[in-house]
Amino acid sequence: MWRRILGILMCIVMVGAMSIGCSQPASSDSEAADDGTVTLEFIQWWEPELPSGAFRALMDRFEAENPGIKVELISGPYASTKEQVIAGAASGTMADVVGLDGAWVSDFVKQGSIADLTELMKSAGYDDSQLASQIQLNGSTYMIPVVNFIYPVFINDDLLAVAGIESAPTNRTEFANAAKAITNAKNNVYGWVLPLSLEAPNGIQNDVMSWVWASGKSMLKNGKPDVTNSDVKSAVAYIKELYDAGVIAPGAFSMKEQDKVEEFTNGRVGMMIDSLAHINTIRESNPDLKFSITALPAEDGYQGKRGIPYASWGIGIAENSEHKAEAWKLVEFLMSEEINSELSSIANAFPGNKNSVPDFVKADELFGTAFEIYKNGYPANEFVGLPVAEDLMRSFDEQFQLMLEGEQTIDEMLEKVQAAWEKEF
Amino acid sequence: MITAAGVRKVSGKALWLKFVKKGTPYAYVAPTIMLMLILLFLPISMVITYSLMDNVIMNKNPEYVALLNYRTIFADPVFHEAIGNTIFFTSMSVIFHMVIGLSFAMMLNVKVLHTVTKSLFRVVYILPWVFTAAIIAILWRLMLNPNGIVNYILETAGIISSKVEWLSSRQTALYALTFINIWAGYPFYMVSLLAGLQGISPDLYEAATVDGANSVQKFFYVTIPQLKPIILSLSLLDCIWTMQQFPLVWMTTGGGPIHATEMLSTYTYKLAFSKYEFSLASTSAVIILIFSMVLAFFYVRHQKARD
Repeated sequence: MWRRILGILMCIVMVGAMSIGCSQPASSDSEAADDGTVTLEFIQWWEPELPSGAFRALMDRFEAENPGIKVELISGPYASTKEQVIAGAASGTMADVVGLDGAWVSDFVKQGSIADLTELMKSAGYDDSQLASQIQLNGSTYMIPVVNFIYPVFINDDLLAVAGIESAPTNRTEFANAAKAITNAKNNVYGWVLPLSLEAPNGIQNDVMSWVWASGKSMLKNGKPDVTNSDVKSAVAYIKELYDAGVIAPGAFSMKEQDKVEEFTNGRVGMMIDSLAHINTIRESNPDLKFSITALPAEDGYQGKRGIPYASWGIGIAENSEHKAEAWKLVEFLMSEEINSELSSIANAFPGNKNSVPDFVKADELFGTAFEIYKNGYPANEFVGLPVAEDLMRSFDEQFQLMLEGEQTIDEMLEKVQAAWEKEF
Repeated sequence: MITAAGVRKVSGKALWLKFVKKGTPYAYVAPTIMLMLILLFLPISMVITYSLMDNVIMNKNPEYVALLNYRTIFADPVFHEAIGNTIFFTSMSVIFHMVIGLSFAMMLNVKVLHTVTKSLFRVVYILPWVFTAAIIAILWRLMLNPNGIVNYILETAGIISSKVEWLSSRQTALYALTFINIWAGYPFYMVSLLAGLQGISPDLYEAATVDGANSVQKFFYVTIPQLKPIILSLSLLDCIWTMQQFPLVWMTTGGGPIHATEMLSTYTYKLAFSKYEFSLASTSAVIILIFSMVLAFFYVRHQKARD
């Protein structure tokens, strides 16, 4: 009898404990301790991509300068950060400060999960003229690019010399001629490399649409899709010509960015459009490789400023944060001239603060050249701020692959892409 | 003398005892039921509810749309392609897992090999199973790269004249991916079937020999019937697992080129995390759940029949 009662009591305790455990509200993103210390959560993918301990050291400095605010870093690879941020946005448990990719902004704004930074800047009395760029929607800023990674053309100097080309290509004709001259399929050497994997379709942004932006042109009209325009058509036709000429490295349809870098590093590809962030990786992997960088070639005869494709480490603040003012202090700290210079130096990127100058520009010739390219052009990435940006790239990619395989004409392809994109706006 | 208060006291005690007696079994299973409710029924019912609303999560005030999402999904040609690919991928994987697993298990079960040799081969054959999906994907992406070792060997042997883009061509991607999955999954069959083979009584083979049966007849009339319960269980479980395979597909091809390797799992993932269409993704997930439950039903029925 007593055994039974004891058994029942134990079960009740277990069920009760479980219910309490399950019904415990999700811990708030930021916590205020009894002594008034606020702990901010900062989710980003940057820390693992920086030298070990470097980002934490910056946070320690922030904490020292702002007594009463602690920063808890939630770090992970880009893909898992993206999933966590989306899940956090959905459940209203987003970290206070969020590392953002421009491709996510529109959807988070629509969802109401990221805060209006214009308001926060105003209430903090912040002078935004020092910011190199801001990602705005409906007249309000939602993301600030902290550092920018530009995408110039990397050139294998040895392959170019063997092909008898004396200088880096500056326009499309020169690029096509160089790519054809470099290509030697027998020796497994190709002129250009084009990653079109559907898993990460950012090749459309960095390696395809960049040809349009490099000539100062656009894939949008009044903020709406306009991919059937003559400029996009000309860029697509140009790439198709290169593909048909056999100068693009094989395996393009499942190739990812890291595969592209690997092909170039191993000396199998003469030219690639890639992030400046990979310079050190290439040097470490193949110290003997002689390579240089140049601006992306524009249409023949184009004299205007060139759009340079870029990717950013953007920053935003969660709408559900209970400590937006403290979160803004962290953003302001990262965007300050000194810290932004430091961060861009360790990330091998260009600063989001106009007045910052990274160390590597003076110390390294290649980075110096890249900084010149950056200053002479303008950062161009029209996918930033578009709704379901990654899906727009993916739908373009699918039709683009069909067109390259000869299953549809360029006009048919662009019309299908236009129709697919219009549905999303 | 029996008083009214005494009767009430006795009947109250009797009621309590009755309650304790009847309630005890329920109390014992209560923690498990709570766990099942929280971890199983709650998420499943949430996903089913999501599939009946317009875009949840992205839409702050979603509305009930009945079966509209199901109609949208069933009308999508990419979904049809994903179903076709999933059926091919699953059926080929299960068949070849079985054939290769059984062959290797029988090779490891022969008496002519020394125990050390058998142990060595057992370790070698089981290797693919110990790798995670990420490692398998990276390994095969490197090997099947146009400049990879597979093309090198085939070219050197004169089997192919030019480089094959195994994972980048629509003609070969699905076959290549299925091959990778077969390679990664056969050891599970091999280990299970080897255990089954070792459990077959030698008397049965001796009796078959006395009856004049040759090796092939022994295989079909002794080995297979004895392994049948294991084979059926493994096949049904493998069907469920392979149908839901996501990481390997995603990390090798991402569902491409174009939609050549699009599976139900990648299709659902793209709806959720690329298009942010969480209701459509939930609908697709419910459809996968229904397929899985049909297979699970057969599995449970088979297990019950065995018991």
